[in-house]
Amino acid sequence: MSEAKFRGAHDLPPCSISVTHELTKTGNWRNSKPVFHKEKCIQCGICWKVCPNACIKLGEYPEWDMDYCKGCAVCAEECPKDAIEMEDERVMV
Amino acid sequence: MSTVKVITGNHAASFGARDSRAEVIAAYPITPQTQIVELLSEFCADGTLKAKFIKVESEHSAMAACIGASAAGVRAYTATSAHGLALMHEMLHWAANGRHPVVMANVNRAMGPPWSIWTDQNDSLAQRDTGWLQFYCESNQEVYDTTMIAFKACEQVLLPGMLVLDAFILSHTYEPVEMPDQELIDEFLPPFDPPYKMDLDDARAFGALTTPEWYMELRYLIQEAHEKALVTVREVEKEFGETFGRYYGTLELYRCDDAEEVILIAGSTASTAKDAVDIMRKGGRKIGLARIKLFRPFPNEEIRDIASRVNKMIVIDRNVSFGNQGIFFNEIKASLYSAKNRPPVYGFVAGLGGRDMKIDDITGIVEQADTCDIEEILWWGVKL
Ligand code: SF4
Ligand code: SF4
Repeated sequence: MSEAKFRGAHDLPPCSISVTHELTKTGNWRNSKPVFHKEKCIQCGICWKVCPNACIKLGEYPEWDMDYCKGCAVCAEECPKDAIEMEDERVMV
Repeated sequence: MSTVKVITGNHAASFGARDSRAEVIAAYPITPQTQIVELLSEFCADGTLKAKFIKVESEHSAMAACIGASAAGVRAYTATSAHGLALMHEMLHWAANGRHPVVMANVNRAMGPPWSIWTDQNDSLAQRDTGWLQFYCESNQEVYDTTMIAFKACEQVLLPGMLVLDAFILSHTYEPVEMPDQELIDEFLPPFDPPYKMDLDDARAFGALTTPEWYMELRYLIQEAHEKALVTVREVEKEFGETFGRYYGTLELYRCDDAEEVILIAGSTASTAKDAVDIMRKGGRKIGLARIKLFRPFPNEEIRDIASRVNKMIVIDRNVSFGNQGIFFNEIKASLYSAKNRPPVYGFVAGLGGRDMKIDDITGIVEQADTCDIEEILWWGVKL
């Protein structure tokens, strides 16, 4: 979604649906990112259901849209098989 | 075939929701509203209404459930009163800001303490700035009709709407109510089909965080929607009138054509005041009445128009904004600031906590306005 699509109020949907997705790339907020271990995954879909940003798509296996994953770790916490691990992304300068 | 039933204002609201084919009803009981949802729960239980009735633990939850249903693309309805409405306050913002056209009946009941179950308008008017449309009804028939008018208008502008009826004077009083043929209603009010809804195949977060860069634009869209709603409500009222033969309008004018002074009032007291107008006319006063049906959006132009034709305006408020004055009084004067013709406006606070408003009270108020000072805040009938 290119940001140029939104110039003013009338380009927006009436409420903040999609605005979050298309205007606020919550991926910028991340301190740590989910790392997926496919071999442990039982395809139960819990991660997809609990992600507060709806940024996990459920194909055969879950897929992450890192533009919007804010690194909250809810998916990792709720995964019954520890198939998701959080990895620190902070860069020390 | 239309049918006529002799029913209370509460049941007029229930039948209005039934015939509007509400699909989700979530509610918590509170006097004097309970009968509305009681009858609706019966309709759901016996299959008369194909709707899901959700019992909840509070009014806050009732509105939250309605918002969820509306976000999923379903026509949602609830009813409440006074403290119940106050408890919903947060969710009222959520419904309007999320652009969910939930429709709700609010039975006007005075706020406590002291506990009161009788009518006044402070509960609904305290929700003025939540972004809801507000319709003040005068009769049980109007309660029934306004339910479908509200659904239709609200769904077009994607804003929630509150129809307001007086405790006991309407809620528990029986009047004949005509209910049109369901097929005609269905033609008038097609199924709810919002442009955005929760969709598992296109999962999105609703109402999620928006930075300062875009928040203000979303608020501007709500203001625009309210401005549009004024036109939409008029169009829907007109269509309703053409289809079913009853027309109310956003500011109803009664005997105003040659009026030199006008009473402004909302709710069922308007009926009493119309009788008072008839009596005063017989006595030679050229007086009329303007009934505020729609409070949000506010019919500013119509207020300015009637102001341009009279020498005096008398506002009767069954409410008060403490530390200032009657709320309609305040709003009407704000409308008039940019008007060419600004007649003197007198404001009376009256009938709080369900104190009776009889014909003599209305004529007495009009007579007192002849002699009183425009700066005074007048509390009609208060014992001092
Ligand atoms: S870390 Fe949070 S935002 Fe990212 S995918 Fe998991 S639940 Fe969603
Ligand atoms: S919750 Fe864990 S096991 Fe279930 S689908 Fe997601 S990653 Fe796989």
